[in-house]
Amino acid sequence: MTTADTEIRASSAALLEGTRAKQRRSLGQTIRWLILFGGGILMIMPIAYMISTSLKWPFEVYNVGLIPEEPHLENYQYVLEDGRFYGWFVNSLIIATITTISNLFFDSLVGYTLCKFTFRGRYIVFIAILSTLMIPTEMLVIPWYLMSQSFGWLDSYWGIMFPGLMTAFGVFLMKQFFETVPDDFIEAARIDGLNEFQIFWSVALPMVKPALAALAIFVFLGNWTAFLWPLIVTTDTSLYTLPVGLSSFGDEADVQWELIMTGAAISTIPTLVVFLIFQRFIIRGVVMAGLKG
Amino acid sequence: MSHLALRNLVKVYDKTEVLHSINLDVADGEFVVLVGPSGCGKSTTLRMIAGLEEVTGGEIEIAGRVVNNLEPKDRDIAMVFQNYAIYPHMTVRKNISFGLRSSKMTKAQKDARIDEVAGILGMTDLLARKPAQLSGGQRQRVAIGRAMVRDPAVFLFDEPLSNLDAQLRQQMRLEIKKLHRRVQNTIIFVTHDQVEAMTMADRIVIMKDGHIQQVGTPAEVYHTPANSFVAQFIGAPSMNLLQGVYADGAVTLFNGVTVPMPGRAARAGLPVHLGVRPEDIRPAANGAALLSGTVSVAEPLGPETLIYVDVNGKEIIASGPGKQPPKAGDAIGLGANPADMHLFDAATGEVIA
Repeated sequence: MTTADTEIRASSAALLEGTRAKQRRSLGQTIRWLILFGGGILMIMPIAYMISTSLKWPFEVYNVGLIPEEPHLENYQYVLEDGRFYGWFVNSLIIATITTISNLFFDSLVGYTLCKFTFRGRYIVFIAILSTLMIPTEMLVIPWYLMSQSFGWLDSYWGIMFPGLMTAFGVFLMKQFFETVPDDFIEAARIDGLNEFQIFWSVALPMVKPALAALAIFVFLGNWTAFLWPLIVTTDTSLYTLPVGLSSFGDEADVQWELIMTGAAISTIPTLVVFLIFQRFIIRGVVMAGLKG
Repeated sequence: MSHLALRNLVKVYDKTEVLHSINLDVADGEFVVLVGPSGCGKSTTLRMIAGLEEVTGGEIEIAGRVVNNLEPKDRDIAMVFQNYAIYPHMTVRKNISFGLRSSKMTKAQKDARIDEVAGILGMTDLLARKPAQLSGGQRQRVAIGRAMVRDPAVFLFDEPLSNLDAQLRQQMRLEIKKLHRRVQNTIIFVTHDQVEAMTMADRIVIMKDGHIQQVGTPAEVYHTPANSFVAQFIGAPSMNLLQGVYADGAVTLFNGVTVPMPGRAARAGLPVHLGVRPEDIRPAANGAALLSGTVSVAEPLGPETLIYVDVNGKEIIASGPGKQPPKAGDAIGLGANPADMHLFDAATGEVIA
């Protein structure tokens, strides 16, 4: 056997070993892909069914097939021509928008205060705010209702909005993000002559834009899809929000699923818009830098 | 009259006094560097001058008025932070102009002032950029520009060069010094790097454990240190301290060798430290050698070689020739001129003159 033969055999063995390693890697990769694919299907299916049902006639709503037998857009026409839908849409838009703006402002103001100011009882206040996260909404609706009643807020925007104008989660989120803003910035601004509110507004807040974007998405989606509290606090159908209004497409005898799904499909558009707008800030925030490089 | 004065300045944190009655007078246009190891109180002093820390006791006077109870913005100071603290969401121009927010200048005057500062710092081309698009040195310039634009009575620098690499640090050191010569403002500069202190300062304030150890020009603190801490802190490598006992105008060293130190006011039998800088102790022939030992490490630096010598288990740093230096393991004798030596009380560390 020549030296060349030995070298060739050695390199063949190495190649074979390399191929096996590659196969092992590709098997692992395939499993990972399958898991992700399965997860993707699970996430997409409800949306696909929503759109599919919105294109079906009432007689085929209970047909589990994804493709409608006779796809049509009359459900969309019906829902959009139903005057109530616009009212509910506008209600939801106003409530979700005001609540989001309020949360962005107040949650960050409280989070900033708890993070950057030292005062007696700061820790207790923070724990008290956090502890409210442990109380389920179902327990809170009765006191909320009684408060709304005593303030005269039943059947009003205020009544729907007031429990969500500020959230403990938002305060916690913003406080954690403000921890990442070095005190040097705050002190530099103080030396530059800004008052404490100006420091919060012009220096600290722009530096936590990614957190604001995340909070805006959470709060907007949460309020856009809120069902239980708006259902309890409103009896006037003109004040219904979209989820409450959509659920009224039907009665005890018959639920018009095709119309509910059509309304739901239309109502996802604003949430997509909000997500697309704020996602940009989240990504941009990651590349922001103002400290040592 | 001093431009900045600290009178019996005291700082207490949670019942612990961290700054013990500091007194300092800084002349108008002077460049003073506060230097010392971590926890010595230099940054606390600076932050108290800036108004970022409350004064527990004593007075701070800037340009003739006591500023203890004034807000930072009203003290006529500007500060450059260690992390630069330039606002990441603003352009360089906006960052610099931020210092002029409370100024009564017109917009045109403000723009002219910003352009002037940018011109001095060589960053006219960078005004439209955001901090993320700048290098470390450029960000440092922006931070200095933001401080300069207000033309304050006192500039405060809090370890501004510590995040830069060695080459850039040297360059910025030079630039800040040139800038000071040009603008002639009073500067208080905090650093833990004694090289920065030596190269930049008109006067150095050396601090330790909340006390000022010595105030003097770089030459004074280097050549006539007030105590063994200053002697060892200033200068790299540190001054060698040799244990001995003083008696009758001479010091008997730990190895039995007697070094004449005439005219020193010390009692006989006082334990002392004999201080000698590495550049003042050199290889010597056996007859003239003060100490003898074995070379443990030789560090060639080009023009000279640092020689680490093991003398009876104690490491002494000496200076040798750049060419043909001794090698590790060589037996070596070291000699020094008594006139270049310093004598310190071993118990208090105070210099014995």
